[in-house]
Amino acid sequence: MADLSISEANADAIEQAAVDAVLGDQTAEIRETERLVRAGTQRRRDHRHLLLPALHALQNAKGWISPGGLNYVCRQLQVPPAEAYGVATFYDLFRVDEPDTIGDVTHVCVDAACQISGSAERQRELAARGVTVHRSPCLGQCDRAPAEFVQAVAGPDRVDADSQPYVLPQHGDSSLRLLRRIGVVDPNSLASYQAAGGYEALAAAIAMGPTAVCDAVAASGLSGRGGAAFPTGVKWRAVAAEQGRPKHVVANCDESEPGTFKDRVVMENDPFAVIEALTIAGFATAAENGWIYIRGEYPLATRRLSEAIVQARAAGLLGENVAGSGHRFDIEIRRGAGAYICGEETALFASIEGFRGEPRSKPPFPTTHGLFQEPTAVNNPETLLNVLEVINRGADGYREVGTENSPGTKLLCLSGRVARPGVYEVPFGTTLGEVLALAGGISGDDPLRAVLLGGAAGNFVLPDQLDMPMTLEDARQRGTTLGSGVVMAFTAEVDMVAVAVRIAEFFRGESCGQCVPCRVGTVRQHETMVQLQQSGALTEQRRELSDDIARVMADASICGLGHTAASAVGSALRLGLLGEGPGDGGVDQGRLP
Amino acid sequence: MTLPTNPSGAASEVNVNLTVNGQSVSVPAGTTIHRACERAGIDTPTLCWAENLTPVNVCRVCVVEVEGNRTLVPSCARAVEEGMVVNTDSERVRHSRRMVLEFLASGVDLDQAEGLRRWLDEYEADPGRYDQDGLPARTVYEEPKVQDNLYIRDYSRCVLCYKCVEACGDDAQHTYAIAVSGRGFDARISTEFDVTLPDSACVYCGNCIGVCPTGAIQFKTEFDLRQASDWRPDEQTVTQTVCSYCGVGCNLELHVQDERIVKVTSPADHSVTHGHLCIKGRFGWQYVQPVDAPTRQRRP
Ligand SMILES: Cc1cc2nc3c(=O)[nH]c(=O)nc-3n(C[C@H](O)[C@H](O)[C@H](O)COP(=O)(O)O)c2cc1C
Ligand code: SF4
Ligand code: SF4
Ligand code: SF4
Ligand code: FES
Ligand code: FES
Repeated sequence: MADLSISEANADAIEQAAVDAVLGDQTAEIRETERLVRAGTQRRRDHRHLLLPALHALQNAKGWISPGGLNYVCRQLQVPPAEAYGVATFYDLFRVDEPDTIGDVTHVCVDAACQISGSAERQRELAARGVTVHRSPCLGQCDRAPAEFVQAVAGPDRVDADSQPYVLPQHGDSSLRLLRRIGVVDPNSLASYQAAGGYEALAAAIAMGPTAVCDAVAASGLSGRGGAAFPTGVKWRAVAAEQGRPKHVVANCDESEPGTFKDRVVMENDPFAVIEALTIAGFATAAENGWIYIRGEYPLATRRLSEAIVQARAAGLLGENVAGSGHRFDIEIRRGAGAYICGEETALFASIEGFRGEPRSKPPFPTTHGLFQEPTAVNNPETLLNVLEVINRGADGYREVGTENSPGTKLLCLSGRVARPGVYEVPFGTTLGEVLALAGGISGDDPLRAVLLGGAAGNFVLPDQLDMPMTLEDARQRGTTLGSGVVMAFTAEVDMVAVAVRIAEFFRGESCGQCVPCRVGTVRQHETMVQLQQSGALTEQRRELSDDIARVMADASICGLGHTAASAVGSALRLGLLGEGPGDGGVDQGRLP
Repeated sequence: MTLPTNPSGAASEVNVNLTVNGQSVSVPAGTTIHRACERAGIDTPTLCWAENLTPVNVCRVCVVEVEGNRTLVPSCARAVEEGMVVNTDSERVRHSRRMVLEFLASGVDLDQAEGLRRWLDEYEADPGRYDQDGLPARTVYEEPKVQDNLYIRDYSRCVLCYKCVEACGDDAQHTYAIAVSGRGFDARISTEFDVTLPDSACVYCGNCIGVCPTGAIQFKTEFDLRQASDWRPDEQTVTQTVCSYCGVGCNLELHVQDERIVKVTSPADHSVTHGHLCIKGRFGWQYVQPVDAPTRQRRP
């Protein structure tokens, strides 16, 4: 790399202090004396991953990233300013133009659950009070729609609703597995977690040895809960088999699929379980480096996890010799900065590494070329929580609930027009109707019109699917998906066209822009939906276009975002939810008892 | 960081057998599908691929169907495997290629993208159909950035193929003056805070111009002539020569119109330059022609 050319703009004292607080002495260039400078390509590479935390520091210090501030970071980390600017402008939580007034910004969610629950009114109300409002995609609080998140300047970000104690809707239900500690164990106390059986699974895993742990996970039939349902045992064995290079395990806590909030509830209320399970993942795959990549809009979960890590480390449950096993393992937390795409595993790597969160082509797969091009197992926190159950109950015990092909339980995120929105844990095989009933049934006086399964990347189903057993195989057979566990209910009075327009807008806003089918296709799809909204029906040409756009995005995009970008909108069109087609008129069906 | 793979594909002694459109092909392991297609005499459109750059496989115009793959795969970047069954001419492939071309043409100005125009015709792309019923399709439109006398940037022609970024960065120049900024349809090639080129790290090697497939970056000389409707490529001659500034031996191709140099390129397959030059070879040719001489008469 050539010498950097950096403009003359300088950081002020506040910006410097903020960046120094994050970087400490970890700079890519060390000037020992005027003539002895330790620098070079390797040092630059080794420090690049500090770019994202440094940008967070600048944004928080001043409410924006100034040219002087960026220059300072670029000098400390030896990153070319054009690249650092490219990274900063990738994320919604960073701004690179000076705001008129510097201060807290309140992000109000505009995605479906909040859209139909007064988001627009809430925005107007806040703006009238002089609050700076920012329209945000799903904030992962669909159970308290309309959701808000306050991005602060010179202080910690916050979610005001977090000050209320969390009450699990299924509190006290003795059949709970993954959620059983919530509301029982003090999330701030390792001792409380251990008193409830916490860290017994790690001790058991160490006694079993890494191979037996992988075998048990494989035998349990556990599959990934992040959306793709990939068998966890296969992934872990692949990473375990890699030798001779540093290895990583990553908890993918980016949770940005509209309608999804289960991981937040788990992280906030049972953080030690996530830490313990990630430690087991590290032990089973012989990875020494654990990472938690958590979305930037989750301040409470971030704090709880950080504190849990500190306590676990102090107790010898992380560090040089994890629980006396001889295995070295520690965990680092990285905050995202407002980008749905960074939940895609390869985009997540790029984001941690200090590059734009653009997905990479697979193959090669993360198990051989993951974070820093090293072998990596990425898992959703819910997947990890299941591992504790597998170890504690054994694979056979684990399989006692659920179905043959979908063993165990599933966390579902109920939102929209249900009486008691929240996270629910049900055995696989529970029907959709039973799930809705568990959440108190449909709210309001209008009949159920449709349910969105799997989020914006999933699809709508009509009330005639209430008998569907919630399993991977039944969902697939009926042409739908459980995805990340979203179950969002819409009743007859909801303006479904507006919902579909917003879903299309979501993908348009979240496409990373790398590949043509998705960069342009998401825009054209949104334009098609706007046309539908304005004229009440799609023209013949637009209908044909909409099919063509959907096909190329699914066929030729690089990653899952493009592959699924037309899924929900397409299903709404097909089912006649947007005012046309065969499914129209099904409004009165499926009234719940 | 991406390690430069061997962009030309060929790598090893071992041969791999595959079928392309029913035809058996045998190529060295490590070869890309695109190369294998070429070997089989099948022409495949490419846009973001170049022989002197690391594949980024972002444009997706080169996609093919590979049996056993759920989605189409980029032929420019995927290596062949034993027994692979590749189809380049199915309805599915043609549809995706057509849509990619149409998408591009619906959003940016491809008038000067010589290499693409042929494919737009071949795949019957109809970019006009996005612009219907009074709802205009969003396009990338910006005034050309004319910030110095050497070259201009007109991002309303940019297809975001990443080639200039690669040429400016890891693949040639290692200057990193430009990068992709923003996200989605608003992504743009940009300097930091969009400062002008003279204020950026740019060293005016012109390697970005050399790789740009659409004319989004072009010589100021070419830009001025086009503005004056006086750009006549058919009448231009190309003279091969060796740069006289230093001893490296870079090959230059001088493009001459009306006995004046209008742009300078270097062959991408030249062993010394791989198509890349420095400011002297690219722009330092005024000394061979009078600076303010009136344009000479055209030859009869
Ligand atoms: C656009 C996009 C966003 C994603 N977001 C998440 C996410 O927030 N959390 C998650 O666990 N997986 C997400 N995934 C899936 C991950 O790529 C990956 O499959 C998953 O983290 C693997 O963990 P699992 O096997 O435990 O499910 C996303 C995928 C795509 C394409
Ligand atoms: S499909 Fe969309 S999000 Fe994924 S790489 Fe392509 S442009 Fe980016
Ligand atoms: S002229 Fe050279 S240095 Fe300047 S932007 Fe182009 S490739 Fe980079
Ligand atoms: S300016 Fe040219 S080379 Fe650069 S990305 Fe755009 S089209 Fe490609
Ligand atoms: S927080 Fe609003 S839809 Fe999820
Ligand atoms: S040429 Fe293959 S993806 Fe662009």
